[in-house]
Amino acid sequence: MVASDNEEMDFAEPQVKGKRKKKDNKAESAKKHLKEKDAEMEKLQPTSNGDNNTESCFPPTFSVSDIKNKQRRHFMFMKLKQQKKKEKSDLKKKRKREREALGDKAPPKPIPKTIENQRVYDETVVDPEDEEVALDEGTDEFSSYFNRLTNPKILITTSDRPRGRTVRFCEQLATVIPDSHVYYRRGLALKKIIPQCVARDFTYLIVVNEDRKVPNGLVLCHLPNGPTAHFKVSNVRLRKEMKRRGKDPSEHLPEVILNNFTTRLGHSIGRMFASLFPHDPNFIGRQVATFHNQRDYIFFRFHRYIFKNEKRVGLQELGPRFTLKLRSLQKGTFDSKFGEYEWVHKRHEMDSCRRKFHL
Amino acid sequence: MAEKSRWCSVWIGSETGILKGVNVAKKQAFNFSDFSTLTREQEVSAMCWGDDLESEVLVGCVNGTVKTFSVEKGKFTEFRDCSGGEGPFRGLAVHNSSLITCVESGVLKVWKEGCPDTVEVNVGRDVYKMRQSTSEGHKVAIGGKENDLKIWDLQRPEEPVFKAKNVANDWLDLRVPVWIRDLQFLPESDKVVTCTAYHQVRLYDPSLPQRRPVLETSFEEYPLTALSLTSDANSVVVGNTQGQVAVIDLRQGRLLRCLKGFAGSVRALQCHRSLPLVASCGLDRFLRIHNLEDKHLLHKVYLKSRLNCLLLTSRENIQEQEEKVQESQEEVKDDDIWAAMPTVTDEVSTKGK
Repeated sequence: MVASDNEEMDFAEPQVKGKRKKKDNKAESAKKHLKEKDAEMEKLQPTSNGDNNTESCFPPTFSVSDIKNKQRRHFMFMKLKQQKKKEKSDLKKKRKREREALGDKAPPKPIPKTIENQRVYDETVVDPEDEEVALDEGTDEFSSYFNRLTNPKILITTSDRPRGRTVRFCEQLATVIPDSHVYYRRGLALKKIIPQCVARDFTYLIVVNEDRKVPNGLVLCHLPNGPTAHFKVSNVRLRKEMKRRGKDPSEHLPEVILNNFTTRLGHSIGRMFASLFPHDPNFIGRQVATFHNQRDYIFFRFHRYIFKNEKRVGLQELGPRFTLKLRSLQKGTFDSKFGEYEWVHKRHEMDSCRRKFHL
Repeated sequence: MAEKSRWCSVWIGSETGILKGVNVAKKQAFNFSDFSTLTREQEVSAMCWGDDLESEVLVGCVNGTVKTFSVEKGKFTEFRDCSGGEGPFRGLAVHNSSLITCVESGVLKVWKEGCPDTVEVNVGRDVYKMRQSTSEGHKVAIGGKENDLKIWDLQRPEEPVFKAKNVANDWLDLRVPVWIRDLQFLPESDKVVTCTAYHQVRLYDPSLPQRRPVLETSFEEYPLTALSLTSDANSVVVGNTQGQVAVIDLRQGRLLRCLKGFAGSVRALQCHRSLPLVASCGLDRFLRIHNLEDKHLLHKVYLKSRLNCLLLTSRENIQEQEEKVQESQEEVKDDDIWAAMPTVTDEVSTKGK
């Protein structure tokens, strides 16, 4: 019994060490606590063994889940949890006390680790002074918009026979994007719509797809020569469903904010959103459309702002709000069969690392 | 520039018109074009080696000019207007110092050195690829949309040597559409392997009386855009518009392995002549070099523009370390001395070309 206990302790040691490693970056005081914890673990283990009476076939590492008596297991687990919670709060209190004691000299608080600031290095992040990217962007399909040669004109349509929220979503999207026209699909093929759009000087075709009355996809096709982006749409919140919403948007041309489109792919997508809206917004309307990219999800919000005084700004959301996720970017106008894709999201290949972002 | 260009092992033509050289051993990439003069019309649509020694790169632009880039000097030495027909170049080749060009509308021309008149062959509309035979330089194969494989002997340009026949009707007794996207001759034989936009890979053998493919297989469900034979010519690497790349066995038509890591459409593939390496580039702006045996991605280089064409040297020291490269540099310096010596006869200088 004693021998086996010793053995168990030997094996239990690395487990604790592992924990120690995780807490390495924290203050040294944590170590003291761990030592105390070690002692407590010693106390814990013989009791659990005594309960089970299975010293020979018992796995070498101890865990609460090895206790077979349910009541006992529950009790031990609660105890362990309480103990951990207490340790944590003690540590927190102690640190706070230390900070207060040091006063102004206290070291700055460590920045919390998030998967965004731990992002894997991406070589495609665009340097604003890069000559080659400037050349590429200066001559691409959007260059006519950015050189102020064309004005956007948008056609919004849906998948065939839209129902429920999709219809209202399209209507509300049309109030956000100036010079946009909602058309009923009438069972037409997209490939037949596109030449007609080009003939009528439309610069964008937006198709909202739905699944069981809920919009779930968005095809954004730049005309006349593409590219075409395919997005997944989620979390659509229509105007009616929003709390503390402002009055309906006015006819003024909104301003556009594009956040965090840093990589080469992100740049292309950002340019695509930017060219949806006309140049020279009416600042008098105080309306802003925001495309905020975070972890490859693009959040759309539509706000009205007001400067209350020099420091304070009031915001009022006008709606709708939705989230987009890029599925593919295709060169040329919509052609799902023979189109060439510039970027396709491949889930199993690309999502293996949580800290890698594409936009 | 010359110092940089001499050690580039991969040459890439981009959609912006920039010619790029990549030194794989040192992991460096260089641009060999002047940004200020470039326009979309100078998009590179075809590339080939100027000679067997791989000392010149010929770059075909969309506006119909063929630029000659000297690897030794590291700059463009010659601009030649080879326009004729419509559309971009679909293939460039060099045979006995004459240049063979083919454009999309189906005009194939042979430009003889220093001779203004050209041989012109009409090969049919919507050509997607023209490629030269590796063993017999005067033979070219052509394929395109509704333009099935044809092999032309340029010494007798009146009639094609071989004209493929479309495969039999399908199970609904409907005609099978034709759209060849890329093709290549098998070395030391007349056989041609093609890949189509309807995701088939076909092998034709002109030496047989049968004009239909001797082998047909398909891969995935998106158009195949590029193909390249491996060094042993037993298998072929194909890539499609979604960035799926696979190695297909040409004896049984079986899928051998898939290569991973692509994000977008593959525009060009090339296998090394002797090593088990394959270089690929495409719309996702990356040059990737895979090992064909263990499928590992050896190199991945971001090149900032969409890439159209690719040329891989047949040198064997592509991946070798710095020191060895420097050694060979010294050797080349010796060579330079020899090259700098005044040539005695005219024969030598023509050979150099």
